[in-house]
Amino acid sequence: MRLILEIWRQDRPGADGRYETHEVVDATPEMSLLELLDRLNHQLVENNTDPVAFESDCREGICGTCGVDVNGVPHGPRDNVPACGQHVRDFKDGQTVRFEPFRSKAFPVLRDLIVDRTGLDRIIQAGGTIAVDAGTAPDAETVQVTHDDAERALDFAACIGCGACVSACPNGAAYLFTGSKLAHLALIPHGKQERAKRARAMVDQMEHEFGPCSQIGECALACPAEIPLSAIAVVNRERIRAGFKKGKAN
Amino acid sequence: MTTDPAATDPTVQADQTVPVDDAAPPAPSTDPAYAVTRGTASDNSPADPPTGLLEELRVVGQPIDGHVPTVHPRDAWTDRKLHYNLVNPSNRAKFKIIVVGTGLSGAGAAAALGELGYDVEVFSFHDVPRRAHSIAAQGGINAPRARKVDNDSIDRFVKDTVKGGDYRGREQDAYRLGEEGIRVIDHMQAIGASFAREYGGQLATRSFGGVQVSRTYYTRGQTGQQLELAAAQALARQVAAGTCKLHSRQEMLDLIVKDGRAQGIVVRDLITGKVRARTAHAVILCTGGYGNIYYKATLAKNSNATAIWRAYKRGAFFANPCFVQIHPTALPLMSQWQSKKTLMSESLRNDGRIWAPRQRDDDRDPADIPEDERYYFLEERYPAFGNLVPRDVASRNIRERIDAGYGVGPLKNAVYLDFKTGIERLGVKLIRERYSNLFHMYEELTGEDPYTRPMRIAPSVHFTMGGLWTDYDMMTSIPGLFVGGEAGWAYHGANRLGANSLLSGCVDGWFTLPYTVPNYLAGLLGKAPLDPADSAVAQTIADVEAGLDRLLQNNGSHGPDHFHEKLGAIMDRYASVSRDPEGLAKAIGLIRQLRQEFWRDVKVVGTGDRLNQELETAGRVADYLELAELLCVDALDRDESAGAHFRTDHEIDGEAKRNDEDWCFCSAWQYPGPAGKHIRNFETLTFRAVPLQQRNYK
Repeated sequence: MRLILEIWRQDRPGADGRYETHEVVDATPEMSLLELLDRLNHQLVENNTDPVAFESDCREGICGTCGVDVNGVPHGPRDNVPACGQHVRDFKDGQTVRFEPFRSKAFPVLRDLIVDRTGLDRIIQAGGTIAVDAGTAPDAETVQVTHDDAERALDFAACIGCGACVSACPNGAAYLFTGSKLAHLALIPHGKQERAKRARAMVDQMEHEFGPCSQIGECALACPAEIPLSAIAVVNRERIRAGFKKGKAN
Repeated sequence: MTTDPAATDPTVQADQTVPVDDAAPPAPSTDPAYAVTRGTASDNSPADPPTGLLEELRVVGQPIDGHVPTVHPRDAWTDRKLHYNLVNPSNRAKFKIIVVGTGLSGAGAAAALGELGYDVEVFSFHDVPRRAHSIAAQGGINAPRARKVDNDSIDRFVKDTVKGGDYRGREQDAYRLGEEGIRVIDHMQAIGASFAREYGGQLATRSFGGVQVSRTYYTRGQTGQQLELAAAQALARQVAAGTCKLHSRQEMLDLIVKDGRAQGIVVRDLITGKVRARTAHAVILCTGGYGNIYYKATLAKNSNATAIWRAYKRGAFFANPCFVQIHPTALPLMSQWQSKKTLMSESLRNDGRIWAPRQRDDDRDPADIPEDERYYFLEERYPAFGNLVPRDVASRNIRERIDAGYGVGPLKNAVYLDFKTGIERLGVKLIRERYSNLFHMYEELTGEDPYTRPMRIAPSVHFTMGGLWTDYDMMTSIPGLFVGGEAGWAYHGANRLGANSLLSGCVDGWFTLPYTVPNYLAGLLGKAPLDPADSAVAQTIADVEAGLDRLLQNNGSHGPDHFHEKLGAIMDRYASVSRDPEGLAKAIGLIRQLRQEFWRDVKVVGTGDRLNQELETAGRVADYLELAELLCVDALDRDESAGAHFRTDHEIDGEAKRNDEDWCFCSAWQYPGPAGKHIRNFETLTFRAVPLQQRNYK
């Protein structure tokens, strides 16, 4: 297969960028989109040109490192699949594929397709944690968790932190990300002790760097971990709940 | 019972001779190693290992002391803890500790030491801590909590671990692992890892990897993810509290050793390219395994050996580099550009049948191959265990079929894992319940439907039992340099049991290093960390910069990946599921030759003053090219089979034949400098609780 690749190139943070067009003539349907970039890079390196900088690590959809916009859609054409699981077979011979970095003011470009997503980590640092020191936890068997609660907590805990939700949102909101962590920790026993305090801190930090929720729901379609859309409602629920708690921790 | 593969398959015998590697370029006649290799290869006596070459390559060094407590292994940890020095809480902030890596062991160690009040600096090449490769582990985490009445206990855990590792790990370390594993579950649960629960609300467990009790705690197929996220969150809490400083996108490129102590590291900022040093009282490396030396493995793309290899070159011993675990059921490479091999859980072998065509180079669609032309080789060769033989046995047999020319798929590098019988017997519904996520993953990756068409699977490297040598206190041969997780060596011996790796990562980080590191620090009270203006710091930075410049200015004709791919081919062929002295000797010659070729012909596009992934890769590949030689020398030196290290000249009925009389020790390799012979020191292993016994799965 022959594919035309239109790629955002930017040398450094803050530098001007440009689109570059390249051609890969020997793409095969089973290639992932990242492997397509590997192929292109091999070509570029052999021709003494700087390869396209992009991020990836596990390449099996769990680490959340990869993330590019493909024809304007985070990760690629298939819903709920990370870039490493998107394939050339979903494109037509001769088609143009445009690769761009995740689009959000909160994700500054570092080089080419690589963005800085540490803003999400700062939301976790603000309160997406549980204050239990090593060795001090009670026996886990004495803490009952129903099967359904454990499963529900896992549905939200599955977030891979890739940031596709932010890129998908016209407002650059991080509601799906923040809501998934709030929901996860609110559903497990040890997480409940700081529930209100956590909600205040995380939502404050989120609003400091990211946009307001658009209520459209593109985030959930882009999410490779299939975080339920209800996570965005969790943000408001936890915020309002925390308001009623008037400064209390839980 | 048929034990000889040749007896069941008349074609096997014809394939016994190792084919000559036509693809390999001719060696320059100036390479002495290659000359010796060729001499050996022409020797027709397979029973005679190339001892001449071995003597040229390595010298036997000194016995080394693992500082293992002398009490019964069961009491070792209690005894040792009692004798550790402590640091007063008010003095802890005076000690600076560097942690490299943020996987389960690194994030755990950093957070736990931060909670205790030490001044911790954490370095990671990732953008955020949560990306570390621990996140990709699927199956579960063992812990001998022994709540069920299935007769589990710490002793039984140790027995499973030691026997599984074929008696090449430390018994005492296995005890500590089991003992601390109990509260690891409590802790990880408390900080956010949501383990699977029974309907009664209690923690669920399952059995795993041939163990007869149910001690594996899990969260769906994403246990590693939930543990890693919990650990990364705990680290985030300490970052917010100011006890841990996080330096992300920083790659460790060297270790600073001064006065015989590890006193800091040199890192490169991956965004700006700036090289700088950080000094500290102690350094902890939690930088993972070196499986990517095989080019395409199940590991994440960025996992690499650079941190441990550079520490080795500064004097840390390297333990048992040849102990590499190869998982039997990964997705094979299906095209040139496939970036890695993806693990398919070994649970699939419960209901899938492994077969290859009886006819060589059979291009027919699997559906067109009649039943009597299918060779269910595991079932025929191992009637008792069938498709459920242990990982290494399955890997070896699959590999034998592929190498003998019976491989299937576009690259003829796989065998079939067929669910037809399982579906007929159990129905599609039950198969779907058991494996739908794996079938879904397979279909996503291959575009083929495993319900109607057999899966194609092949063995792949996915864990390294070897790593930097540490004593019982997790300290390397360089005082002040500690190791946690897969970067170390002690628990798994020659073969790791399923679900023991997440355990060792968690235990090292949360419940071992926070005891052992302060014991070392206590002796340094009143001493400041090394002055950043010290000449040792400047020299190490200069060494790193010279190394980077050398790569950047090499102006060859191929990118680093080109050489990595060639190295992977050599390793896969000669240092994989089975090894023989001739092949290893040949591999060493080829590796040396490839290393020369690398330095003659590698090119690194771009500059060093900004993000440059080619430069990152080049440095890692340069290290692989050195480590690969040591791995092969270790495999050649270890004149026995043990666990994953299967030497064809040491087998009994197709099983690994250990030699406890001569080889019951850990090989701890010492860097001899750029020109010297590899030095093999050794730590003798003793087994008191689990008596030495031969493994047998027939």
